[in-house]
Amino acid sequence: MAETTLRNTRARMSSRLEQGLVVIGILVLLAAPFFVYPILLMKMLCFALFACAFNLLLGYTGLLSFGHATFFGGAAYFCAHAVKVWGWPPEAGILLGVAGAATLGLVMGFFAIRRQGIYFAMITLALAQMFYFFCVQAPFTHGEDGIQGVPRGLLFGLLDLNQPLNIYYFVLVVFLLGVFAIWRIVNSPFGMVLRSIRENENRAVSLGYSVANYKLAAFVMSAALAGLAGAVKAIVFQFATLTDVTWQMSGEVILMTLLGGIGTMVGPIVGAGLVVGLENALATSGFPVMIATGAIFMACVMLFRRGIVGEIQARWTARRERGSGNEVNV
Amino acid sequence: MADEPCMDSTEPRVVLSARGLRRVFGGFVAVDNVDLDVHHARIHALIGPNGAGKTTVFNLLTKFLEPTSGRIELLGHDITRMPPAAVARMGLVRSFQISAIFPHLTVLDNVRVALQRPAGLSAQFWRPLSALDRLTPRAEELLDAVGLADARNKLAADLSYGRKRVLEIATTLALDPKVLLLDEPMAGMGHEDVGMVSTLIRSVARDRAVLMVEHNLSVVADLSDWITVMQRGKVLATGDYPTVAADERVKVAYMGMEEG
Repeated sequence: MAETTLRNTRARMSSRLEQGLVVIGILVLLAAPFFVYPILLMKMLCFALFACAFNLLLGYTGLLSFGHATFFGGAAYFCAHAVKVWGWPPEAGILLGVAGAATLGLVMGFFAIRRQGIYFAMITLALAQMFYFFCVQAPFTHGEDGIQGVPRGLLFGLLDLNQPLNIYYFVLVVFLLGVFAIWRIVNSPFGMVLRSIRENENRAVSLGYSVANYKLAAFVMSAALAGLAGAVKAIVFQFATLTDVTWQMSGEVILMTLLGGIGTMVGPIVGAGLVVGLENALATSGFPVMIATGAIFMACVMLFRRGIVGEIQARWTARRERGSGNEVNV
Repeated sequence: MADEPCMDSTEPRVVLSARGLRRVFGGFVAVDNVDLDVHHARIHALIGPNGAGKTTVFNLLTKFLEPTSGRIELLGHDITRMPPAAVARMGLVRSFQISAIFPHLTVLDNVRVALQRPAGLSAQFWRPLSALDRLTPRAEELLDAVGLADARNKLAADLSYGRKRVLEIATTLALDPKVLLLDEPMAGMGHEDVGMVSTLIRSVARDRAVLMVEHNLSVVADLSDWITVMQRGKVLATGDYPTVAADERVKVAYMGMEEG
């Protein structure tokens, strides 16, 4: 009994700690544009949300998609086209991007979820390549040029997104809402079922869960949130390009997630921040970025497989358990 | 017959029946023309030498495998072409040879996951986990009944082998199945655990049908009301323990080894 109370106290303490860290993180992000170049921060936030959305699928459902660039880059195209050609306000363009990404996710998920493991990854890759070639050919994407000069416009007709701070705080709000949505999904009754499917799919079936439906739902949610990140990125950078739908982009988001820590809430954010920061730092040096990220990836796989945040969490838990063991002995 | 709601106390009603069940893998006939009736409130053991097709029959009955031909009825409904999750929702729930738990969930969450679906709490992605709190008392009750209450906050992966199997049974019972299929529930268990799980199965079978594959013949003799012996994909004999044990073919095929 005493042990249970002790554990509860500890659980409460650690959740206090987590809440504290989240508050500090938000404060840092609020203050950041006064110290760091906002465009870089916004790029980090977009990729962080993209990686979190990807992690919803890989970390919490156990599905490795190799086609997430489709949703990220596809939503960027839809949003950019709607805003630039049809003159939609930015919020409507972003919503269109999200809806388009969700639709693409529904189609890709429908074909992919019937397969498992490497076959799942290969089908998502194949469909993503089809979408890539569609984007190369389709007239509205303007091929190699992409959609350029997308106006940022007025958010809800009020807020001028051309003001650096306005757009930064808009991106921050979207990012926080997106991450909150993912956190809510993961820590919901539905998220519990997803975890059980990841843990033991056959057992979930034998408990009466139509596993395919749950996987498809998770796939569409992940696609929609990846689309949110892509659409916002199109508004921030005022263009949508082929780069965002290439398989390299799908690979990059895997790298970010692995580096930060699969199946952790904060890991993908840290991973995305690191990769984007590194690319930014190396961009002017002339040193090939791919070599650097590749080396980091190798180090990650060989030295800390749980990723940065995953490793910290595991050490922290181990230390706490040793600590609580001692106290029980006393 | 199975549709009849009235219960005859002398002849328990059939809840699960298979007719002419057959499954071919490539050219190999794994299950050949198997007829099987599983009765309410009976423990029915499916025995036979390795490779007799017992697990394949399990997979066919629970629809984890499609039968090549034959017909399966559950509670009077034809389930021959139904997907496995739908069959489970109708009340036919199975366990697996390798203990089927969710290793990185806590013991309590293992049971709660099973309770979620019948409670209509499985698709709600917008509600917090505390929405599941109302399932906790029932989950604790189930854990209590199988003697796992003290381990509720442990990760399922940290349980001993025997206790993992017990957890699996508790999770299965959470669905309140009409028919329980247990694939070698005692495999790899120590003596105390076998006794405990036997008691558990007996109490569970009081108001539901149990079909189990089991190799431990003393457990089979002790526990089962009805036995079906399989060999090379076919049913060799079926009946109560004395009948089956007296059967010459069974002696030759299977029990003979035990008596020698």
